[in-house]
Amino acid sequence: MQEEVVLKLDGICKEFPGVKALQDVEFTLRKGEIHALMGENGAGKSTLIKVLTGVYQKDGGNIYLSGKPVVIRSTQDAQNAGISTVYQEITLCPNLSVAENMFIGRTKSAFTNWKKMNEDAKKLLESLDIPAKPTQQLGSCSIAVQQMVAIARAVDMECKVLILDEPTSSLDEQEVEKLFKLMLDLKERGVGIIFVTHFLDQVYAVCDKITVLRDGKFEGEYDASELPKVELVSKMLGKDLNALSDMEKPVAVSDSTDGEAPVFEASGLESTSGIAPFDFSIRKGEVNGFTGLLGSGRSESVRAIYGADKVLGGTIKMNGKEVKIRKPLDAMKLGISYLPEDRKRDGIVGDLSVKDNIILALQVMKGMFHPISKADAAKFADEYIKLLEIKTASPDTPIKSLSGGNQQKVILARWLLANPVYLILDEPTRGIDVGTKLEIQKLVLKLASEGKSVTFISSEIDEMLNVCSRLIVMRDRKAVGELSGADLNQSKIMETIAGGEKVYENA
Amino acid sequence: MKTLEKPVQQKAGKKSTGNLLTKLIKNQIFIPIAALLILVIFNLIADPSFFAVTLSQNSAGYPVLSGNLITILDNASELVILAIGMTLVTSASGGQDISVGAAIALSGSVVLRVLCGTESRPEALQAPIIVAFLVCCVVAMAFGAFNGVLVAYFKIQPMVATLILFTAGRSIAAWINNNELPIISDESFGYFGNFIPGIPIPTPIFIAIICMIIIALVLRFTKLGLFTQSVGINAESSRLNGINPEFIKFITYVILGLCVAIAGFIKVSRFSTINYSVVAKDIEMDAILAVALGGNALSGGKFNMAASILGAYVIQFLTTTLFKFNVISSALPAYKAVVVIILVILSAPIVRDKIAAIRKKLSAQKTTVKEAAQ
Repeated sequence: MQEEVVLKLDGICKEFPGVKALQDVEFTLRKGEIHALMGENGAGKSTLIKVLTGVYQKDGGNIYLSGKPVVIRSTQDAQNAGISTVYQEITLCPNLSVAENMFIGRTKSAFTNWKKMNEDAKKLLESLDIPAKPTQQLGSCSIAVQQMVAIARAVDMECKVLILDEPTSSLDEQEVEKLFKLMLDLKERGVGIIFVTHFLDQVYAVCDKITVLRDGKFEGEYDASELPKVELVSKMLGKDLNALSDMEKPVAVSDSTDGEAPVFEASGLESTSGIAPFDFSIRKGEVNGFTGLLGSGRSESVRAIYGADKVLGGTIKMNGKEVKIRKPLDAMKLGISYLPEDRKRDGIVGDLSVKDNIILALQVMKGMFHPISKADAAKFADEYIKLLEIKTASPDTPIKSLSGGNQQKVILARWLLANPVYLILDEPTRGIDVGTKLEIQKLVLKLASEGKSVTFISSEIDEMLNVCSRLIVMRDRKAVGELSGADLNQSKIMETIAGGEKVYENA
Repeated sequence: MKTLEKPVQQKAGKKSTGNLLTKLIKNQIFIPIAALLILVIFNLIADPSFFAVTLSQNSAGYPVLSGNLITILDNASELVILAIGMTLVTSASGGQDISVGAAIALSGSVVLRVLCGTESRPEALQAPIIVAFLVCCVVAMAFGAFNGVLVAYFKIQPMVATLILFTAGRSIAAWINNNELPIISDESFGYFGNFIPGIPIPTPIFIAIICMIIIALVLRFTKLGLFTQSVGINAESSRLNGINPEFIKFITYVILGLCVAIAGFIKVSRFSTINYSVVAKDIEMDAILAVALGGNALSGGKFNMAASILGAYVIQFLTTTLFKFNVISSALPAYKAVVVIILVILSAPIVRDKIAAIRKKLSAQKTTVKEAAQ
């Protein structure tokens, strides 16, 4: 590895009203290096990236590119300086072709030489081993390929610094492998890569260096090979991590409560989302979960329970009595809460304040004509901001200006305030740092011990194993198995997901 | 209205006034207030007698207040009432109702029809005024509901959906009265658009104030505001929180329908008749402008009702000022447009952020200079 420094950030400061987002942060990227930027939610990763790409203006500090100080006032400046970014959400145009996307906004003449453009694109795609045709519509490619096209575009702009902001969160394992291969390829070519991710394993798979931020401050820069995973986590959290050990393993709710009818019981439930009719039940104080690959129908199942999708058939009983759930409000009135998978689209009401977002569900249940008083609303908001340690400048701050993890906590607060008997959490920890993840897991177990029932869905099987005492395994929009007790382990789950064949030994 | 509730930081004397000032500038309602102040100052300089209010005899022989201020408050009434409904529609559906002008003609025509029956110049009223008003409310709300159904349930863009009534409304209005223009001779009907004997203030001002009080009470004692804003910001998320976004959108159009009915009733009462093709012409644009002037996003979501209402008064103030300076009525829109451009640019968030940043810089410089001096 060459020791040539391509990018150096020194003493970067950034302040938002009420929050010091970055204080005196430094960061060094060398040529041909993959450098992980780690930290909890709200530690300042995104802010640092945004300062670097010209989305935000820094309040202090210097940026040096190849030793020379540069001023970045806009994203255009950043691109011209050779800093390219690929965001988590694809920012290309899905209805244009792959080649068009790679060259859009970069041609100088008024006319496009289509033939040349397609040829250039083809060459580049081949050299990077990206499985896409130049003339193919971008939207028809998989998310991973779209991301690779975005990277190819960045590479072709002769970037010296490539920033990958959570590129892997919507990819499956094989796609991640492909992306890593591409990253290593670029590393060979001398591109410096800044890799932002929440997945610790991925950091160790490709990164050379790790820079850790905590609470907007620079914690340290480490060689990936010399920093054990446990230590990395404790650096991010600023404390030793023994949270897992003091977490009580849930006891399977079994024979003792057999006399009682389940809190929620559905049979032959079917919705417009195309899942096969399924049976499901949950007892008081039980934590169970739906597992399966992305798109296996686990989210659709809970949406059917909550009435979020149109229910086509099936019967639902709560505490033994038959009930009807036609729309979310019906479910809410029966004491069911649902934290949706897509926080931005289905969860938050962006421009409303944290306070209004917290009281929203309770207010809707009370009805439009019975407003929660201002004093009560303020009290509820303060209570839950404290309880869940939500980092916000004030209860009146719009929720959209909070970091992802804190937004999630606000939504969680909303549903806790509604005081449900049955809580459905669909990917509550997605895009959230390790510390908060553990907090949420602990909270789930605490709720269960208080007698609430919880259905927990997560893409991370470890997490499901931590909290769930029973798992329903989904494949191809069908429930294919149910695991509990001794069967609850990684390999058994993998086996069931894969369909009885042992495909993964050490997944 | 939410923005007004932000807790003011209690800090030592000078700093808190500075904070208050920046807060005010950051506040949405600042733009209509500033616009109003500019208009007031301009008129004070140009001709202080602009603001004179005198007590004089009107044609019926009663002593009444007159003067430009009274004219502004009086003439703005219909616009203010419409701005209330338009704000809600904008917030929930992220679009505007452009049919309100035509709907005013329509509801006015209904009033005439009910009061006059089939005669065009009846000696006596054919029905009690209250009945005419209620019928007019029902009809206008039904047309509001028609728009609401198209927007909320058929998911048609508000401007396209309301274009239907915009085009057809005035013809329907004419058709209701068989293309005749009945005139009501009963004096008591004129009270609502002019003066009630013995009261020197024009009645529309009272009606507008009553409407403002009602909407203030509704926003205070129900969560209509929270629900419309929530739907306007994120309809899907609102649905999953148990709100029925379609119904909320629908109901805002019905409320606007009620506002139209009241405004239409005042309009007919002013002259005891209306001309279907010109009454309340272009008032929809003024109503939309009032919402925009109040700093509300026309794409929906958060709103500030007080700012919208103030915006409506500013527009009328501007119109009256221009009349005062003998701008011929055909040239009026052009003048108005210039002022509007300035106001709208000033109220754009991007400009206001810039202004705030410049102010911050200036005050920072001041303090450093002070420190250096010490």
